[in-house]
Amino acid sequence: MSDFAMSPRRVGAMILRHVYVLRGSWPRLIELVYWPIMQILVWGTLSVFLATNSTWIGQAFGVLLGAVMLWDVLFRGQLGFTLSFLEEMWSRNLGNLYVTPLRPYEHLASLMAMSLIRTLIGVIPAALLAIPLYQYSIFDLGLPLIAFFTNLLVMGWATGMFVTALILRYGVSAENLAWFLVFMLAPVVSVYYPVTVLPEWLQAVAWTLPATYVFEGMRTLMLEQVFRVDLLLGAIVLNLVYIAIGAAAFLFAFRIARERGLLLHVGE
Amino acid sequence: MKSVIAVEGLSKKFGKVVAVDGIDFAVPAGAAVALLGGNGAGKTTTLSMLLGLLLPTSGAVRVLGEDMATHRYRVLGRMNFSSPYVDLPRRLTARQNLVVYGHLYSLAGVKQRIAELARDLDIAPLLDRPVGQLSSGQKTRVALAKALLNRPEVLLLDEPTASLDPDTGDWVRGYLDSYRRQTGCAILLASHNMGEVERLCGDVLMMRAGRIVDRGAPADLIRRYGRRNLEEVFLAIARGAGP
Repeated sequence: MSDFAMSPRRVGAMILRHVYVLRGSWPRLIELVYWPIMQILVWGTLSVFLATNSTWIGQAFGVLLGAVMLWDVLFRGQLGFTLSFLEEMWSRNLGNLYVTPLRPYEHLASLMAMSLIRTLIGVIPAALLAIPLYQYSIFDLGLPLIAFFTNLLVMGWATGMFVTALILRYGVSAENLAWFLVFMLAPVVSVYYPVTVLPEWLQAVAWTLPATYVFEGMRTLMLEQVFRVDLLLGAIVLNLVYIAIGAAAFLFAFRIARERGLLLHVGE
Repeated sequence: MKSVIAVEGLSKKFGKVVAVDGIDFAVPAGAAVALLGGNGAGKTTTLSMLLGLLLPTSGAVRVLGEDMATHRYRVLGRMNFSSPYVDLPRRLTARQNLVVYGHLYSLAGVKQRIAELARDLDIAPLLDRPVGQLSSGQKTRVALAKALLNRPEVLLLDEPTASLDPDTGDWVRGYLDSYRRQTGCAILLASHNMGEVERLCGDVLMMRAGRIVDRGAPADLIRRYGRRNLEEVFLAIARGAGP
């Protein structure tokens, strides 16, 4: 058996493990769809109000709703990745997993797949609900929506890998990072406002983050009906860099865990 | 006889603490060998290094002829492990857990293998219950099913009967002994249960403070130390007394 093989069967086994958890727990499924729907109800109603009181919102009614939904892709993408990893730590299962032929990169692949599944379960009902409630369909963005979605999901994975590396190194006491770290990015990546609103020094920081390119691209498309390929390329290049850094951080933390015996002594 | 586990000069330091201090041993194919020692003697640390869960500070481990530092993935599918320090996911049923691990080990005929183990280990009535709802004894039997799922040639067991009542403990020991005789699987067992070691193992490695301080068949050790049983030998070694 090659040391560097990638087995779809092992990746599938890890996905199956999490599908079993979701299938057996309706409160988890409800939680996945609850928060995105709440977000849509709050921001949709606010958008209705602002549409008649704000020229900017009036130009493109869905600009806030679209931002909320795409932000949820980033947030849920990161959370879906990290929580799926935390499930193994909570159940003290890492020691069992890593004495099987499962490679760390196969584990990462399964976490990415679970992140996609959990994100779709969360955001699709909210996006569909917005159509009858607010006459806004994010699907009207067309093909660029796929580019926006993919880039935000990949940034969620990169952030998830970094958070997971910290959890692997510092144990479940670091699990709160899964909930709040990504929120530190929200003001910087200009989810709800143009990046030019930020102080100049913070704009420089914002342009180092792929999500900034996505949200600027979304606003340009909605307000000016122009799809900026340069912004898309910026997001893709930065995502490639961040995903490489995230994967390296995870593999480094995995090695540290093997040096310090952390794989066997983790759990609640 | 050919060794399936070969350990040379194995050491592990955590900062200034020496957990395992330059140990050497070999386990022949089909043998049952015990690592016997008190708490903190280095048994679990040794098993973790044999599995590749823990990287040694120095020394070498070869399992089934492969260097575990560089080629562990070549042999992980041919070995397995059970320990009280790890659990199976509690929300999954026993069957779901075994299906997942069956695929992780790339087994052919996962359902059939689970059915065989369910019959052998008497866990058929437990298969569709969440692992979190099982008693300690039931969990141990399910964990044992996981450990035997891939028909391992090398089985590493850390305190396999810890927290079990005497009846279940005796049943597990009997099953392991019969499994080894039938399959030729080598078992390395870390324990401080003397009865378990005397019943299961033909060879004992006595550990204290990270070192192997003595070794031999249980009867030989008892005779050499002039004691009545292995427990007295263990106490003599733990207290630093010689043969």
